[in-house]
Amino acid sequence: MIGGLVAAKIDPSIMARLADGKRTVLVTGTNGKSTTTRMAAAALADLGEVCTQADGANMDAGIIAALSLARSAPIAALEVDELHVPHVADATSPEALVLLNLSRDQLDRVGEINAIERRLRAGIEAHPETVVIANCDDVLVTSAAFGAREVVWVAAGSGWVGDSVSCPRSGEPIVRRGEDWYSTGDEGFRRPAPQWWFDDENIYGPGGFRARLTLAVPGRANRGNATQAVAAAVAMGADPAAAVAAVGTVGEVAGRYGSHQLGEHRIRTLLAKNPAGWQEALSMIDQDADSLVIAVNGQVPDGEDLSWLWDVRFEAFETMHVISSGERAADLGVRLLYAGAEHTTVADPLAAIESCPPGRVEVLANYTAFRDLNTALERAGAQPLDPAAAPETQEPRR
Amino acid sequence: MSESTLRIGLVLPDVMGTYGDGGNALVLRQRARMRGIDAEIVSITLDDEVPDSLDVYTLGGAEDFAQRLATRHLSEHPGMQRAAERGRPVLAICAAIQVLGHWYETAAGERVDGIGMFDVTTSPGPERSIGELVTAPLLEALTQPLSGFENHRGITALGASARPLGSVRHGVGNGTSDRVEGVVQGSVIGTYMHGPLLARNPELADHLLQQATGTALAPLDLPEVEQLRRERLAAAR
Repeated sequence: MIGGLVAAKIDPSIMARLADGKRTVLVTGTNGKSTTTRMAAAALADLGEVCTQADGANMDAGIIAALSLARSAPIAALEVDELHVPHVADATSPEALVLLNLSRDQLDRVGEINAIERRLRAGIEAHPETVVIANCDDVLVTSAAFGAREVVWVAAGSGWVGDSVSCPRSGEPIVRRGEDWYSTGDEGFRRPAPQWWFDDENIYGPGGFRARLTLAVPGRANRGNATQAVAAAVAMGADPAAAVAAVGTVGEVAGRYGSHQLGEHRIRTLLAKNPAGWQEALSMIDQDADSLVIAVNGQVPDGEDLSWLWDVRFEAFETMHVISSGERAADLGVRLLYAGAEHTTVADPLAAIESCPPGRVEVLANYTAFRDLNTALERAGAQPLDPAAAPETQEPRR
Repeated sequence: MSESTLRIGLVLPDVMGTYGDGGNALVLRQRARMRGIDAEIVSITLDDEVPDSLDVYTLGGAEDFAQRLATRHLSEHPGMQRAAERGRPVLAICAAIQVLGHWYETAAGERVDGIGMFDVTTSPGPERSIGELVTAPLLEALTQPLSGFENHRGITALGASARPLGSVRHGVGNGTSDRVEGVVQGSVIGTYMHGPLLARNPELADHLLQQATGTALAPLDLPEVEQLRRERLAAAR
């Protein structure tokens, strides 16, 4: 990373030169970037060596570092921060761009989500050579991709509609009727028909393509991510059936969904960074687990305003004992109090886990709490377990 | 309280619900129920007319487009305005202050009419005010400092009929030179405090509940809420 930063300081055109000659796919969106990038890299591996980030570092320095570590790879699958997409696209002339979803990130750090959509839209319009793989269930993503020369629409799902009640093109309300949505202010702007979609068992694509979609990572959002990764790989020439099999091999991503054994506790850690991510992660929690620890910090990378805790439906845990943890355990504790969820508070996440009865512990944490807990688990001698072998994944294997 | 159930209006959560402010309605409902008062949240969306029969109304923050949709809807369906004229309490957070005022000016310099419940106008400041906000309350019923998180660019000037809610101890507030925060006009209260406001300020929550029910309420002993207040007030030093 530092190497990447130094390289860019010495030579501002370095990203373009490192990417020159590579067939590149960029992956962006508020949630699911790392997992989808890993899946796209797996699905593209049949076409040649793939250069990608190992660590989820998705701004200039991380992208330059990844590119410089795999100079000879003919293909690059790069995750890119939403705000960095326009200039990274200018530098890399991507063959494909995957747009996952757009929702508010940290309330106090990022400006209006509509401004981000407009920047992405302009970035896409500047690159007619790029095929855009866009989630048509997300109104803001659809708006960003709507004018692209070539779009592959994917019904990847939308678990969070709070940020797109008004049309990003006219300001008028968006009306939702089942899966469909349309703008009441711009007649032409409505949900495009998807070429790819999924259900609990299968993935479906153009020309009647259908295959069983079995993933090693949990949750409905990841089935949507996998569908977009497959669509991107196929757009770049991968075989559809092989791409579907490849995305199913992606397990732990930078420790997310990772499982550890520490003493009498089998611990599964889930990362959630923003309101949409929290709502999705709550749906991944195994309510049959013995304990649930939720850890919330409020440092700058997390966002210092934790008001969004009240947008997340913690009322779902009325039946499960929750341990409120993290530096902002008091904020979470008050949220759980008014949600009617039985809870106790142990501020240190590792101590919170150790306070649980023996058995399976689900841990849900935001960014710095998650990062610090992983370090603490390592220091305490926790043994990593194979996530694909964990029996408690949310999606039943059929 | 018109019937046996306290009815709490959550006004336009589909457009004015950007910052967890729906939590204010939830806190009111739960604090009523903790005292054995039946209470329910009535969610009023863009598809609904705004009734004038509710006991208390809450509105949250929003971004520009959504703010305009809310303004239009509240003008076309003035139930909340009628209720406020009869003394029903209304709580307006952040952008809702601007919507309830005479007009507000957008970052692009466009002046947009509000619904005129507050004698205030709002113009964009030079930069966003973001961070912990603490005020000393100027409302007679309140004795404890008010705590919240502000995130806005508006500078709100009060007219002769409006009074401030608090005097700024930490943070920016309305952004005017008199260092005040929020608006009080009749039974309508406005503030830039997210958090949500009522999760951090139980005294104000109970003040609204007493107005809504017309009865005095016994205090609740909730140590977690006091712990949160201590932490947030300390973080603002």
